[in-house]
Amino acid sequence: MTTWKIICELNDIPRQGARILQRAGMDDVAIFRTAENQVFAVTDRCPHKGGPLSQGMVVGDKVACPLHNWHIDLRSGEAVAPDQGCAARFQVRVEQGQVLMDETELRCGGKA
Amino acid sequence: MKKLRLVLVGNGMAGVRTIEEVLKLTPDLYEITVFGSEPWPNYNRILLSPVLAGEQSLQDIVLNDWDWYKSNGITLRTGTTITKIDRHRREVIADDGSVTPYDRLILATGSIPFMLPVPGRELQGVIAYRDIADTEAMIQAAQQYKHAVVIGGGLLGLEAANGLRQRGMQVSVVHLPGWLMERQLDPVAAGLLQQSLEQKGLHFLLGKNTAALLGNEAGRVRALRFTDDSEVAADLVVMAVGIRPNTALAESAGLHCQRGIVVNDTMQTYDPRIYAVGECVSHRGTAYGLVAPLFDMAKVCANHLAEFGIGRYQGSVTSTKLKVTGIDLFSAGDFMGGEGREEIVLSDPNGGIYKKLVLQNNKLVGACLYGDTADGAWYFRLLREGKDISSIRDQLMFGESSIGDTGHEGHSLAAAMPDTAEVCGCNGVCKGSIVKAIREKGLFTIEDVRKHTKASASCGSCTGLVEQILVSTAGGDYSAAPRKKAMCGCTDLSHAEVRLAIREQHLLSIPDVQKQLQWRSADGCTSCRPALNYYLISTWPHEAKDDPQSRMINERSHANIQKDGTYSVIPRMWGGETSAADLRRIADVVDKYQIPTVKVTGGQRIDLLGVKKADLPAVWEDLGMPCGLAYAKGLRTVKTCVGSEWCRFGTQDSTSMGKQLERALARMYAPHKVKLAVSGCPRNCAEAGIKDVGVIGVDSGWEIYVAGNGGIKTEVAQFLVKVKTAEEVMEYTGAFLQLYRLEAWYLERTVHFVSRVGLDYVKSVILQDAEKRRALYEELLFALSGEADPWHQPQAAHVDTRQFSALTV
Repeated sequence: MTTWKIICELNDIPRQGARILQRAGMDDVAIFRTAENQVFAVTDRCPHKGGPLSQGMVVGDKVACPLHNWHIDLRSGEAVAPDQGCAARFQVRVEQGQVLMDETELRCGGKA
Repeated sequence: MKKLRLVLVGNGMAGVRTIEEVLKLTPDLYEITVFGSEPWPNYNRILLSPVLAGEQSLQDIVLNDWDWYKSNGITLRTGTTITKIDRHRREVIADDGSVTPYDRLILATGSIPFMLPVPGRELQGVIAYRDIADTEAMIQAAQQYKHAVVIGGGLLGLEAANGLRQRGMQVSVVHLPGWLMERQLDPVAAGLLQQSLEQKGLHFLLGKNTAALLGNEAGRVRALRFTDDSEVAADLVVMAVGIRPNTALAESAGLHCQRGIVVNDTMQTYDPRIYAVGECVSHRGTAYGLVAPLFDMAKVCANHLAEFGIGRYQGSVTSTKLKVTGIDLFSAGDFMGGEGREEIVLSDPNGGIYKKLVLQNNKLVGACLYGDTADGAWYFRLLREGKDISSIRDQLMFGESSIGDTGHEGHSLAAAMPDTAEVCGCNGVCKGSIVKAIREKGLFTIEDVRKHTKASASCGSCTGLVEQILVSTAGGDYSAAPRKKAMCGCTDLSHAEVRLAIREQHLLSIPDVQKQLQWRSADGCTSCRPALNYYLISTWPHEAKDDPQSRMINERSHANIQKDGTYSVIPRMWGGETSAADLRRIADVVDKYQIPTVKVTGGQRIDLLGVKKADLPAVWEDLGMPCGLAYAKGLRTVKTCVGSEWCRFGTQDSTSMGKQLERALARMYAPHKVKLAVSGCPRNCAEAGIKDVGVIGVDSGWEIYVAGNGGIKTEVAQFLVKVKTAEEVMEYTGAFLQLYRLEAWYLERTVHFVSRVGLDYVKSVILQDAEKRRALYEELLFALSGEADPWHQPQAAHVDTRQFSALTV
């Protein structure tokens, strides 16, 4: 079951930037806001060497990992070819300036 | 929407490459049909020689197998030759009578071998050397017959001769000009080549002109007769005297041809629906027979077909390598020399080594190497880039490793390296994985290899070696040869053009630049955004606003990210001097935040490693010391020795000088990191000789050196000027750094900047023009005035502090 929960305001996330969402006992989630004000969320771990994606540069709807510049497509969580790998992604909704995520999903992982 | 119909005539390397590029850019725009006369999918024609020599098999050289066509939805019609184009109805008609309509047509009909118009050329056993069928005919002939004659001592002819010899035939090479490969080699190198080919068992008949081919009763060739009436026995005659563009189809369709199908810079023929690429083309009066230009053309053609319309083909510079195992030969550019050119020659005929470099106006314009071609790729790079070589002229002949390349000593012969040998020390890539990627993924350019393997993707010092592996694996140097280098994939403009536009059009923000200069991607990329941000704030200080989101993480978080996602914190210690109070505070911070490692850096600072991001603001505050910018493209450190204050040899107070420089230049952003050093005497304990600016105290004043580097390539700094006072040191140093800040490309260190513009230019600005020097120094002081400390004035320094606190569920 999907339970939407308000995480923060859209304006709490810098444009072309990210915020970290901490979860007890599990990997952090990185929540991104693009230049176009779209919001995406993926596990804060690059599939390459575990770099914190939340610290990367956001270009278009991709983020470049700060450690070795792998590009991760925020829509799918997939690494951009020729690199191969995937960061689990999470559902996000933006309503009236609020960022909402699925509590159930946040509790039990994310979709690869 | 109904797809447009794209038809390719010619299933070879240039044509299929174009299709690949089209699919990359626009996978769904076209319904594609490919016609090929040969019964094979696309294969690497250049590697026919190793197949003939028995070193590779036909399977090895297939570039796109049948599945590739299928999985990309391409209709492939092999063994089918197009005989007519009906331009009016937009149809092509094949030799099987079938009619195929097109919206866009690509002609990639390649070239056909030139057959000498001598009597007997229709005899059995007389062939050209062009395709798999010819190669198979030669392999077969080698099993049955003894005597082979190759007419033509060029690249192709020698490779054919060598292959036939490997297969056990007695081979003579007939060549009309006085020396072999006269279009690629000078007479000396050709002589050495001939000698070693003779040792391999080949015979040469130079200066001989073929009059006729003689046959036996069965209609097979049996001998060659020359114009001097002498004869030589031959059961197989291979004609390799040249190729000419195959324009018959285009001509019959009324397309303008002139030693090739004439195309414009977007690869269109005189009928704009019809494109032509590859060896069949005449572009600006030149027809190319090597693969690198063909791939350049394919890129441009695809760009246009994808309706982007921004690429232009402007011709190519090419280089040559002979694929005969055991013979190393390389030539590029104008290797013959002549009037107005200078030559540097190294000749060791007994050792089998000959190298000739041709220079003009301090630039390398040609190279001809025999026996040792390890530096071929490097020379070719210098040649293409038109680099000023005056500063390395005395070492030029001794190759890239002689100019201070560290970390790859002894790894020069790419072909001889074992697969397990490490090529890229940064990313731990060995030769085997590079070769595997090139073969399996069909890579042709150094950029492709970089993307797939990460080899040479970091520090780049192994680029030459990777290029060589590419050459020896894929059979040619495929690296594109752009006249000017585009800043990144988002634009065709170079760094120079972008910098100029920002200044001339008074552009003040990244979106402005992207809009005015027609950036291809809405958001830019990780290469151009940081560069643009730097260009804007350095060109328009206090006017253009810094964009932290366009900076790499270190400059956004004002600390240096480590492999585990923690950060390192390095406070500034002016001139490398510290105090008990500072040390005590550092110790307290280390205890309080349980910082795991404390390390002294090469730049005389103390580095606290393993700080959690959330702790950064508190660590900075507790330290109470200025931000060291140890993570930034900007002033890092000013290293000093103790100087005359303590040292019994010291002649000048280097510590004070260093502190003064560092205080003036702190918080200076630059195209890349900047390191300074001040030594108090010529013993130079502060190692000023390998710094961006090195200042050395002498009894009568200070010597200033610039553009040194202690990094990937150790470069000794060059003497700029000797001055008397500390004030002059400030002014000259500041002016030099401001020149660098304004005119270098982003990520260009001072050493590369100075080597690009020349030390003479730097001197002409800084030394000869006092007014300009003072103006530059003033500009720098203006730019730095009021720069805030990001650790202690985050708001003024545009630090987004939200990053330090995490959200919670």
